[in-house]
Amino acid sequence: MTQALLKLDNLGVRLGHGKGAIRPVDGVSLEIHKGETYSLLGESGCGKSMTALSILRLLPQPAGQITQGHVYLDGEDLTLLPESDMRRIRGRRISMIFQEPMTSLNPVLTVGDQIGEVLQQHHAMKGRAAQDRVLELLDAVGIPDTKRRYREYPHQLSGGMKQRVMISIALAGEPDLLIADEPTTALDVTIQAQVLELLQKLQQDTGMAILLITHDLGIVAGMADRVAVMYAGQLVEEASRDRFFGSASHPYSRKLFESLPDVHKREHALDTIPGTVPALNRDFDGCRFEDRCDVAWDYCRSHVPGWNSSADGQHARCHRLDESIPAPRSAVTAKQVETISSSHESRGDHLLRVSDLKVHFPIHKGVFKRIAGYVYAVDGVSLAIPQGCTQALVGESGCGKTTVGKAILQLLKPTDGSVQFEDIELTKLKGEALRKKRSDFQFIFQDPFSSMNPRMMVGDIVEEGMIAQGIGKTRQQRRARVDELFEQVGLSPEQTQRYPHEFSGGQRQRICIARTLAVDPRLVICDEPTSALDVSVQAQILNLLKELQNTLGLSYLFITHNLSVVSYLADRVAVMYLGRIVEEGPVADVLERPLHPYTEALLSAVPVIDTASKREIIRLEGDIPSPATPPAGCHFHPRCPRAMDACQDSYPPETASGDHTVRCFLHQ
Amino acid sequence: MIKPVILWTDMLIFLLTAVVVMFIFYARSKPHIRAPWQRVFTGKVASASVVVLLAFVLVGLLDSLHFRLPLASNGDNDEIHYAGEVMSALDTLVGPLRTQVEKTYSAPFAAHLFARETIELADGSQIRDYPRLLYGARSLGDAVDGKTRDILLRSLLAFAEMLLASALILLLIAYWLARRHERPVRVLIQDILQDKLTIPWRTVLFMLSLLLLLLLLAINLAGAYHVLGTDKVGQDVFYLTLKSIRTGLVIGTLTTLIMLPFAIFMGIVAGYARGWIDDVVQYIYTTLNSIPGVLLIAAAILMLQVFIANHSDSFETTVERADIRLLFLCIILGITSWTGLCRLLRGESLKLREAEYIQAAVSFGVAHRKIITRHILPNVMHVVLITVVLDFSGLVLAEAVLSYVGVGVDPTMNSWGNMINGARLEMAREPVVWWSLLAAFLFMFILVLAANLFSDAVRDAFDPRTRDR
Repeated sequence: MTQALLKLDNLGVRLGHGKGAIRPVDGVSLEIHKGETYSLLGESGCGKSMTALSILRLLPQPAGQITQGHVYLDGEDLTLLPESDMRRIRGRRISMIFQEPMTSLNPVLTVGDQIGEVLQQHHAMKGRAAQDRVLELLDAVGIPDTKRRYREYPHQLSGGMKQRVMISIALAGEPDLLIADEPTTALDVTIQAQVLELLQKLQQDTGMAILLITHDLGIVAGMADRVAVMYAGQLVEEASRDRFFGSASHPYSRKLFESLPDVHKREHALDTIPGTVPALNRDFDGCRFEDRCDVAWDYCRSHVPGWNSSADGQHARCHRLDESIPAPRSAVTAKQVETISSSHESRGDHLLRVSDLKVHFPIHKGVFKRIAGYVYAVDGVSLAIPQGCTQALVGESGCGKTTVGKAILQLLKPTDGSVQFEDIELTKLKGEALRKKRSDFQFIFQDPFSSMNPRMMVGDIVEEGMIAQGIGKTRQQRRARVDELFEQVGLSPEQTQRYPHEFSGGQRQRICIARTLAVDPRLVICDEPTSALDVSVQAQILNLLKELQNTLGLSYLFITHNLSVVSYLADRVAVMYLGRIVEEGPVADVLERPLHPYTEALLSAVPVIDTASKREIIRLEGDIPSPATPPAGCHFHPRCPRAMDACQDSYPPETASGDHTVRCFLHQ
Repeated sequence: MIKPVILWTDMLIFLLTAVVVMFIFYARSKPHIRAPWQRVFTGKVASASVVVLLAFVLVGLLDSLHFRLPLASNGDNDEIHYAGEVMSALDTLVGPLRTQVEKTYSAPFAAHLFARETIELADGSQIRDYPRLLYGARSLGDAVDGKTRDILLRSLLAFAEMLLASALILLLIAYWLARRHERPVRVLIQDILQDKLTIPWRTVLFMLSLLLLLLLLAINLAGAYHVLGTDKVGQDVFYLTLKSIRTGLVIGTLTTLIMLPFAIFMGIVAGYARGWIDDVVQYIYTTLNSIPGVLLIAAAILMLQVFIANHSDSFETTVERADIRLLFLCIILGITSWTGLCRLLRGESLKLREAEYIQAAVSFGVAHRKIITRHILPNVMHVVLITVVLDFSGLVLAEAVLSYVGVGVDPTMNSWGNMINGARLEMAREPVVWWSLLAAFLFMFILVLAANLFSDAVRDAFDPRTRDR
């Protein structure tokens, strides 16, 4: 085998000093060859990004230090190079693109200047030649109208455009290795598909290697040649893509697959990984995954597993692969699959009926704040949610789905339309009357970190809603209820006397759910409740939501961009584009036989794990238009691959077939 | 019987002290408040400056206990008449410093006046010489040559006393800590001396010793000499600077106390309510901000002077009159300085009202009043605290500048600004009378430096960016 382009040899990183010092990377060895895509997979906090940063020696200073091991680039040890020589490596030999394209570009420099800076640094290119090269690079990453973009500032670009610019900056030095740290996590699926395709194309053209860091198994399946799974600072498994997706050998990898929601698992609870990632400031005597593993036995607790290999260059850090260690076969028991019913018969009576809801935000301009126009965030949305059912609302960011949720709850004043909860018109309620009614419908927020007041104890947070709604007469009664709720969401009542920062993301989301349940709601609007969480934690929350629905008969409006969650959880689904619902119907119908071209494209853009069924990705050109100036006619026609002349003239009316409705001229 | 005099500023100062003490007890039970304060006190510089600030505060508080002494009654009726002069606890403590008044200027540690005068000798002849001071170096009599030796001896004595007192304090601290941590005293003495504890007790002890040394030096020397000289009318400059501490502290703290309710209320309401309320509040502070502060202050103070002159019978003593002027200065300074904090708080609550936990509270039907007091106020308190501590030193300096310009505190009131103003004219004199200026400068500098270092530490500890998540 040829010499590896990049070789990490037992790399170790320490953050902080003294007792509290953690080792986010603890003995990582890997090799990346020329022209290959090597994917580093893992949940948050497992050390993926730290590994990437230590390759470039960009660890947070002064806390971060490489304590052991070596990084070889073409045989040259980067850990020994002086800082001035490292500058020659960064951007030239190894480039990096970051997760958040919004913050990784300098807002006061033009796009051209920022790319030109790299050219000047590494190729001593200036003036005319540099400008030509920048235009060439912008062209290569698929940015239209390069001459104009050259002089624009980052805020004039959309998220996808910014990530393209970031990629072109990374490419400007013509690197041998591109490190992409969650390059598409902040982007929408259709944009994500564009960026991933671009990366693949660039790799074919330039022959560079890519180290792709991600938590998304779907992206790995579509992009990687080889896959490594990281857990608690160590690699736990490494294999070729086909081998990994065919037969993952580490229990953790297998658990990751099993905790992914999808349509086939609808009838039972998702497999979860109990517990949390261990703290990395201590020494380990045994396997790091031991306490969360369902096939572990005594031996795992006392012996550190070696890097055992099986066929085809597949390695895993697990005792079960070492044939010299007799593993008790009995440990592998047939899993008890908990069944949870997911089919909810609509009982005819609708709990919530939204008709022609509109939310327009005025745009103020000038000294006197004259209204210059409107942002049509929600522009005529109609929905009906039956008792005890889950209605999903999907769409890309900026399509107005969160605004719909907030407008239903009257957190935002709707411009027009009606929201009927049972037979009460919510838009007409005011002040005290609305305040009293609020216990019936509740909201679960996306980010469990910012949805709790950091200066209140979680018990008080849960109790607050009860006080406001006058539930529970005495403090003792309320406290007893809080304890009960904590148990219901899988936390212990002793934890009520703690502050939010003492909990992990999943636990916080449980507390938020407990807080919601405290006022006995009948409708809960969940706004991407799992998008800030890891897959295994997401599975726990989804299980909890499903269980609560079955025991309490709750109705959910589930706002998300994650279609696999929809297929697992929802009864009906509505697809939103630019403030309007373009398609609505039973979940199986819509996801299996989408009618609207946008739904088709959205579905095809979601990365899937099933590598056997290679689908054609329907590529959508460009970005979502601004809701302040929606295109004439059908909002989707500028990006629609099947647009007709009629689409430019008027917005298509609703066409129903059974209980599946669509707004598209194709289905008139 | 003495008659206690409670001035307006005294009342407010003790109110403020009570609030601070109450806050300390409240904070002890709240881990999220306690944690950043603990971080403040783990820094050496911060701990040292706290010791210095506490020393200043102690002097200021002693100087705020005012009373009037009874005059000797002439026996024929029971009515007690009180002296027109208002004394403070500090005055009684420093005793002779207040009463030992020379004729005019004398340099620090001098035995003679600063200027030559015509002296009539016992035999009737007249010579022109530096007259002997009435009180300065009095214990030496005419043997002025032994002055250096006398000063040295007294200093040595003070030093020895300091060592003794420091050892005592070390023992006390160690004993107290030993009881808290339930470990032997000897071990804790070692820990303190090797600086192994979270609070840098060794630094605290060092600062305390330094202050003790200064105090003991003052006790040993100030009675016998004018350690910082005397001013134009022969008053001891050291005494004047000590008296000025209270003025500086009052200006620095009461001004903030007065402006805080405005700034907090207006800022939060503007940010939370938005709409026309926001417009009104913004309009008010933009207008106020565009008026030159000094002019506003000058106008207000002149108006007050007229008022006092017209209602002179409603003030019993000159001290009360000066006190009203001081309070008024605080108020007018407060009115001109709340805008900055208000603007910060408005921005902060604009941001917070969109925070998801506020939205969650709204969706639970929590009342606006409760949202403001339970959710917004606790989450902007760090901004308030940082601003208050940072503003303090600015206000102390502002007093000096305003008094220098002549629109500051009452001329009869002891303040650093007035001292500097008085010393200004003598700067052109040859040889220069430098000690008044130096003394005022030194005290003000130490106070402001300590306050600034402390505020730096507070800001670092409360800054959300440096806070552990």
